[in-house]
Formats: sequence, structure tokens, C-alpha cells
Amino acid sequence: MLDSTPSTVADRVALKINPAKTCQPVGAVYAALGVHGCLPHSHGSQGCCAYHRSHLTRHFKEPVMASTSSFTEGSSVFGGMANLTQAFSTIFEMYDPDIVAVHTTCLSEVIGDDIPTIISKAREEGRIPEGKVVVHCNTPSFVGSHVTGFSAMVKGFVKYLSENTGTRSTAINILPGWVEPSDMTELKRMVAAFGLPSIMLPDTSSVLDAPATGEHAFFPKGGTTLPEIKAMGDAKATLSLGTWASLEAATLLETSCGVPFQELDLPIGLAATDRFIESLRGLAGVDVPAQIEDERGRLVDVISDMHQYLSGRKVAIYGDPDHVIALTEFCRDMDMKPVHVLTGSVGNAFETRIKDLLADSVPDANVKAQGDLFLLHQWIKNEPVDLLLGTTYGKFIGRAEDIPLVRVGWPILDRVGHSYFPTVGYLGSLRLAVEIISAIQERQDRDAPDHAFELVL
Amino acid sequence: MRKIAIYGKGGIGKSTTTQNTVAGLAEWGKKVMVVGCDPKADSTRLLLGGLAQKTVLDTLRDEGEDVELDEILKPGYAKTKCVESGGPEPGVGCAGRGIITSINMLEQLGAYTPDLDYTFYDVLGDVVCGGFAMPIRDGKAEEIYIVVSGEMMAMYAANNICKGIVKFAQSGKVRLGGLICNSRKCDNEKELIEALAEKLGTQMIHFVPRDNVVQHAELNRKTVIEYAPEAAQADEYRTLARKIDANKMFVIPTPLTMEDLEDLLVKYGLAA
Repeated sequence: MLDSTPSTVADRVALKINPAKTCQPVGAVYAALGVHGCLPHSHGSQGCCAYHRSHLTRHFKEPVMASTSSFTEGSSVFGGMANLTQAFSTIFEMYDPDIVAVHTTCLSEVIGDDIPTIISKAREEGRIPEGKVVVHCNTPSFVGSHVTGFSAMVKGFVKYLSENTGTRSTAINILPGWVEPSDMTELKRMVAAFGLPSIMLPDTSSVLDAPATGEHAFFPKGGTTLPEIKAMGDAKATLSLGTWASLEAATLLETSCGVPFQELDLPIGLAATDRFIESLRGLAGVDVPAQIEDERGRLVDVISDMHQYLSGRKVAIYGDPDHVIALTEFCRDMDMKPVHVLTGSVGNAFETRIKDLLADSVPDANVKAQGDLFLLHQWIKNEPVDLLLGTTYGKFIGRAEDIPLVRVGWPILDRVGHSYFPTVGYLGSLRLAVEIISAIQERQDRDAPDHAFELVL
Repeated sequence: MRKIAIYGKGGIGKSTTTQNTVAGLAEWGKKVMVVGCDPKADSTRLLLGGLAQKTVLDTLRDEGEDVELDEILKPGYAKTKCVESGGPEPGVGCAGRGIITSINMLEQLGAYTPDLDYTFYDVLGDVVCGGFAMPIRDGKAEEIYIVVSGEMMAMYAANNICKGIVKFAQSGKVRLGGLICNSRKCDNEKELIEALAEKLGTQMIHFVPRDNVVQHAELNRKTVIEYAPEAAQADEYRTLARKIDANKMFVIPTPLTMEDLEDLLVKYGLAA
């Protein structure tokens, strides 16, 4: 399928082949779905919205609700104000959400539609009922990636809604970054184990992993509530998980509401989870609960028991920067060799961070931000790997080069489970380690000649 | 059919010059269509006797995409056909996209009939984005005249427009037909514009003197040719019309550097 990828890497400036990212509004929609009673609204043409909804549905296997301004030729010329104000009337009449989260698209960005002005006019005209909330963020897709859009939407919620009332609460804010509903559930469980009250934004658990009950809920029961987002401004601290997805909102909470933040990686893997737990311990002022200690011990046990299968294995890691950074550190700590590390998103800090992580173990690793999967494939042709670690899009490289793929990150379009079983925390990392070990053992079995086909591994 | 676009700095007198020239051609028996490509929709006011025109984009907005040609094509002075693209209010939407939309629509609706001798596009000020270059893309206007005066910024704009023409000329048929000097009574204005034209590799096709009758005609919503057919200024526009009709000099311009342009101005401006 990808048989024609040449091994010679040529310098490319204006061309991306098999991109490792998608456009900003997908992230804005995902973030908005993590707010209770929120309808994401795409200010642009219908195709944008249709793509974002279907792409999220393909990943979560759940219905994804969003509305659109349905731009026409006329809206492109005269601006989208008439469409958006009409949309507000229709949305509150038909679907009655508590909150509408507007994000822009390339088209409305190029036209230069001024969303705050449109929102305030619609409010003056009574199109937004009393007590209902409309927030917005700008998501031009010719800048950044889906992660940028996620970050912008989270920041948008904070900007519009979080307030410092002057009284500090004992709660902490958790900005979980772009992780699965299962991960959010797991993060909340770990925080609660420390006895810390917390507010998580966004929170897609019980939204995109909702059970089948026989009843369809247009607005599922999960999601951060409006009073919670407001109260984030009074929290005593924010934990920002994943720089690309969370730092902007964390910074805003500090500058506008005086809530100090700690910048952490996604807690995937031993060391990153240790740092997360250490932050929680410090904020709670208690010892690490025994159950968490035990979970850590189990992870350490499995990694050491299976060291022979992990040691020296070359791995190519790709996907969104926050995930890839955490995965690279985890693989390194399991004594694997991340020889190719790539993200489609922007950020020199990504390259610096990865090189830093691999300075001792894999100093000559290929590292690139704003890369694409074509380049990753070329790297692999020049230096083969034992394992691919990343999104579904890598399966074509896996087939072309006969390399097993462990699916992690976003999107995973061809398997289930990710939205139900976490990859964060010690338990999630254990699950991920098991998947990695299983993939390697599976391959060993497949390739073993009869005399080496062992009963016990 | 000859397809002509008129460009030039904002406020230089493009619409006035275009409409008077068109009136000259129409009076002479030529069949002419004028397509106004300015969101203000004032490019056909003098031919129609007022802002009577519903624009292409207004029609599109009000009636959807099912637009009839006679809704947007109005007959003006001496059987000219007048169209206004129109566009959004200042500060919203995308006027450039509006021009693309309306020119595409005119083509779809069959506005460019074979009996026409001329189509004139009157385009807003500077070519600020791709939309405003639509009239000079391949298959649209093939001749361009730039209205200019002896003022620095007008010449600067003319030079910039030439850069745009070069870009499209290399891949298509569009050529520069000449500069029209709409006098502002600057020092040595005629010599200055002739020198600029020479540097650009083109000609000053006509020097239109300044005359208050133009203002009087405008206040009466008429071209000079209709308002004061005997006036000397009417003959100036008739002459310009005939020169354009007889023009054979179509070039790919050679834009100046900023330094060359300033030198030119100093040389002629200070020589007075």
C-alpha cells in the first residue's frame, strides 16, 4: 500500500504527505463536549462540522452533537453574522442547551467575523435567553493543529466563565489535556484518593463513554458544569496536564483569577505519574494512599519481570505532542529505544524536550515537530523499528514494513477500548505496558520457528 | 468583444473616467457593458441617473442562488448595460470574495453576449487581495487602463497595480493598454506621467484636464457627455474613447523600484 515510499529523505518545505494532525475545530468540539449541557457550534460551512462530528464518532463510537452556521456563498461575502444570530434562535428553540460553545473555521476566520460582537448583538436582540451562556474561541486551521483548537476552547471557557470571588476554596483544578473519557475518570479517582476536592475541565467521562440505557440523551449526564467552571477561579491551584493542551488555560487562570498552576506532563508512564502524584501529595498535605502505592508497585513489577522483552526494542512514537512526550519518557524508562519521535503539531519546544529526554539513551534519535507520517516511514526504512506506538494512521506503515502497532492517542478509528480503559496513572500505564509487551510477544510467537515456539514466555 | 478593466488609486476618478469614456463609446454606437466591482456600488451611477441598481450580491442574498439576468442588468445611458457587483458593508464580510462570486454569476447567467463590443470592469482602488484581481484573471479582462495623476501616491498605486498585471500576464492574456492621466494640476503633470508610462513600457493614452463641469454633471447624476454634450470636457472623453478604440499597444509592464519612482517624481516635480 505504501510500497512506493522512497528511503531517501528529501528536504520538503511546502508539502505534507499523510499528515500527523488535523484541524483546530475538532479539538474545540471535543473540549466543548466535556462541558455539561453544552452544544458545540461550528461557525462556518456545513462540511467542517460534518467532518468534525464524524471523526469524533469514529474514534469514540458514540454520537457527537454539534450545530453549524451553515455558511452559503452569501455568508462568505456578507459575513456570517446573520447565520450565527439565526443559529442562536434555532439552537435555543430546538435543543435548549445550557451553553453554546462557538468555534470558528478557516472560512469565518479569513472573512474576519467578529464573534464577540455577534454574540452581544444576539443577546441584545433576545436571541440568547436569560440564564443561557455563549462562549467562543478562534480556531483557524491554517495555524496549529487539533490540539491548538482544544487548548483554545478550554481557554475560552475559562475566559468567559471562571471568576475569582475573593474567597479561595480548597479545591484544585485539573486540566486533564486531550485524553480519553476513561483517563478523566481515572484522574478523578486518583485525585479523590488524596481526599482533594477537584474540578476537571473538560470532562468527557459519562459523555463519550455513556452506557446504553435504551434512552438517547442529547446532553449526556457527564461534563463539567457551569458553576464548576465559574468556581475554578477560586481554586487553590491548577494542575496543567500536557503543555500543548492545557497550559494556555492554566496560565489564564493564574493571570486573571490568581490561581497558581503547576505545569506537568500527561501522567502516562512511571516517572510522569510519579510527578503527578507528588504534586497531589504536596497539595493535599497527606501521604500517598496505600492503594496508589500498590498500583505503582504493580507497574514496576511488570516492567521489571518483562524487561527482557522490552530492553533495547526500537520504537517509533508519533501523535500529539503531549502524548508523545509522555510515551517517549515511558518507553525510555522501560529500557526501550525511541529512535523515531514525531508530531504533526507545531512547537520547537517539542524537539528540545524529546532530545533532552533521549540525550543519554538515544542521543541520535530522529525527532521532528510539524512532521508527517511519510517522513516517519522514510526514517523507519532507514532504521527499522520493532514497534509503532501511535494513532491508527500508522497502520499503513505497519503493514508496509511488517511492524506491530500499539494504538495510543487520538484518533483510534479501528479498535475499541480506549474510551473505557485508561492509559494515564499507574493503572493506565500498566495497561499500556501490557499492550506493548503483548505486541512484542505476539510477534515473537509469529516469527518463531517450531523449535523456538515456546509454551512459556 | 474587448474586455477592459480600469484600475487606479482610490478617489482618483476611475468611476467618473470609466463612465464618461463608456458614454463616449455608447454615443458613438458601440454596445458596452459596465461591471462595477466596488462594494460601494457607485460605478454606474452616472450612466443610470442615480444609484438605481440592485447589486448582484444583494440579489443573491435576497433571492438565493436562483437569480435572473434582468434583475441585475439594468439599461443605462445610450443602451449601455450596467451591473454592480456590490458587496458587504464596511468592516464585515469579504468584498474580494464578493467580486469572485458576482463575476462567476454573470458568466453563468450569460451576461457576456456576443453582440457586445466592450465590457468594462471598474475595480476598487488597490488590488488588495485575490478577489480584486478576479477581473484580470485569465479569460476575464484582457486590457487594463490605469487612471493616475501626478500625485506620488497615485503613481505608487499605479506601479503596484502593474506588479499585479505582470503576475497575471505571465500566465494569461491580460496586458496593460496605457495610463489615463486624470489631472490634479500637479507641476509638470503631463511630462511626469509620460515619463512614468515610458518607464513602465506603456503609453499615456490621454491627458484628461481638470474641469468643474465634471462635478456639475456628477451632482446631476449624469456623465459630462449627457449633461453638457457641447462642453470641451465632453470632447476630451470622446477623444479618450476613440483612442482606446484605436489602441493597439498592449504590453506586459515593467514596474519601477521605489527608488526609481521617487527619483522620477523629484526630477519632474522639482524641475517646475
